[in-house]
Amino acid sequence: MRKNSIKLLSLLVLAIICILLYAFYDIKGGFDYAFPRRVVKIAAMVVTGIAISYATVVFQTITQNRILTPSVMGMDSMYGVVQTLIYFFAGSMSIWVVNKYLNFGAAILAMVLFALILYRFLFRSDKHPIYLLLLIGMIIGTLLGSLVTFLQVLIDPVEYLGLQSMLFASFTKVKVELLYIAMVILAASFIYGFQIMGKLDVMSLGRENAMNLGINYDRMVMNILILSSVLIATSTALVGPITFFGLIVANLSYQFLVTYKHSILILGASLISIIALVGGQFLVEHVLELRTTLSVIINFIGGVYFIYLLLRESRATR
Amino acid sequence: MIKIRELTKRYGKKNVVENVSLTIQPGTITSFIGPNGAGKSTLLSMVSRLLDADTGEVLLDQNNVKKWKADAFAKRVSILKQSNFMNVRLTVRELVSFGRYPYSKGRLSEIDEKYVNQALDYMNLREIQDQYIDELSGGQKQRAFIAMVIAQDTDYILLDEPLNNLDMKHSVQIMKILRKLVDELGKTVVIVLHDINFASVYSDRIVALKDGKLVKNGPTSEIINSASLREIYDMDIPVQVQNGCRICVYFNSHA
Repeated sequence: MRKNSIKLLSLLVLAIICILLYAFYDIKGGFDYAFPRRVVKIAAMVVTGIAISYATVVFQTITQNRILTPSVMGMDSMYGVVQTLIYFFAGSMSIWVVNKYLNFGAAILAMVLFALILYRFLFRSDKHPIYLLLLIGMIIGTLLGSLVTFLQVLIDPVEYLGLQSMLFASFTKVKVELLYIAMVILAASFIYGFQIMGKLDVMSLGRENAMNLGINYDRMVMNILILSSVLIATSTALVGPITFFGLIVANLSYQFLVTYKHSILILGASLISIIALVGGQFLVEHVLELRTTLSVIINFIGGVYFIYLLLRESRATR
Repeated sequence: MIKIRELTKRYGKKNVVENVSLTIQPGTITSFIGPNGAGKSTLLSMVSRLLDADTGEVLLDQNNVKKWKADAFAKRVSILKQSNFMNVRLTVRELVSFGRYPYSKGRLSEIDEKYVNQALDYMNLREIQDQYIDELSGGQKQRAFIAMVIAQDTDYILLDEPLNNLDMKHSVQIMKILRKLVDELGKTVVIVLHDINFASVYSDRIVALKDGKLVKNGPTSEIINSASLREIYDMDIPVQVQNGCRICVYFNSHA
């Protein structure tokens, strides 16, 4: 217990160092110009990081696995579908694109609906082996991806450029007005979260044990699915899809803080993701001098880590 | 008092449990026996609300178990199923402490700690209380889970084949502890058993199921005899009395 508070504290210090470094290092072209921009980016990264960590950890608890995440199960692809459909049918000048709030709302709504339908079908009985779920998730992702590509081929090239910028994760062009909404959503989800931390701990014992201990399991699963899809949808709508990020931070948190307590796990994962995003963005801007983007690096590292986890898991089950 | 009334559960067209009615006598060990696929576990799951019945009802103190609030119910009835796969790493003590969740909601009071210690002592787990569950042997693991439901301190304890994968020594140990829970603490234990000799020696009452139907329900002495066993298992099983225990010698019988 004591050990974990020291670990969390060191993560916190590291996160603060990353934030300060990113905010103040090598400010050129006027402090008044650069500083507020950096603050917006930092805020976006912090909000995204926390939202993804929180969503992934609770999702993995209710699905009883440590490999699947909402993103891997096709949430990211769904975001692509929504934006492509909007560009295809309404066009870049329509209110669905011009009005950021409307676009944001539509994306979130569609993703939450998608998640509920998918998970209702998949996780109602917990008999499915994880590889089947993974396979289904990948097939759905590919299906949606192909659908998107098909529509994108038909779309006007100029429109396509606009669409493309929506579909790449980027912290450099965050929409400030959406940031406030995202913060409100995040705050609301945490207010709900504080009441269910203990229940989440019990739910990690599995459905039957949790029900034995007086948890309204099936209703909780539904609530948490909605919670995690709203969070993932929010972060995706804010900065774009970063598929493997949740997977990395959640698993690093499990490994680093060996505990069943969700309050600690979520806090740990959030701090790790702030370090990874803000520190990573710092490296991308100042060391790699923007020759690549953070999301490319994250998906590369995350993909490798994902394969490692799969191999480890398959060895463990044998 | 738990009353089961005309309970039926269907999977597809097959009735897994068909029109079962019985009353669980308080302060006893009741064993559910019967061949594989007789519906014993399903029945236990419905009694404990893990599974919804298709028709019929289960009453706890005259109220349908479905109408009970989840946390109030968890203070009266506990259930332990056969498979307990977990993703988290827990120590024995942490697992047993979860048994107090219906009362503590995660914050253990002194009274909660007392119950946890008591349960650990009951199952002889004190020495290994700080070991991780995934590092334990099958028997120790099973004892840890049983300690969790003991810490839950419910009037009714339902156990689904708790002797699975246990050797003779641990099986006897667990049955003796269950006997103690009933005799000393006045608990009511309902247990699904495969080995009829454990049912015969340790339980007060036996409920026999076959193809989802209730075939026998009564005191152990009335059920453990060749005629009744033939009806339940379709086997000729001689019963011998040794030191006052009825032992079924089924190893060499003709089906």
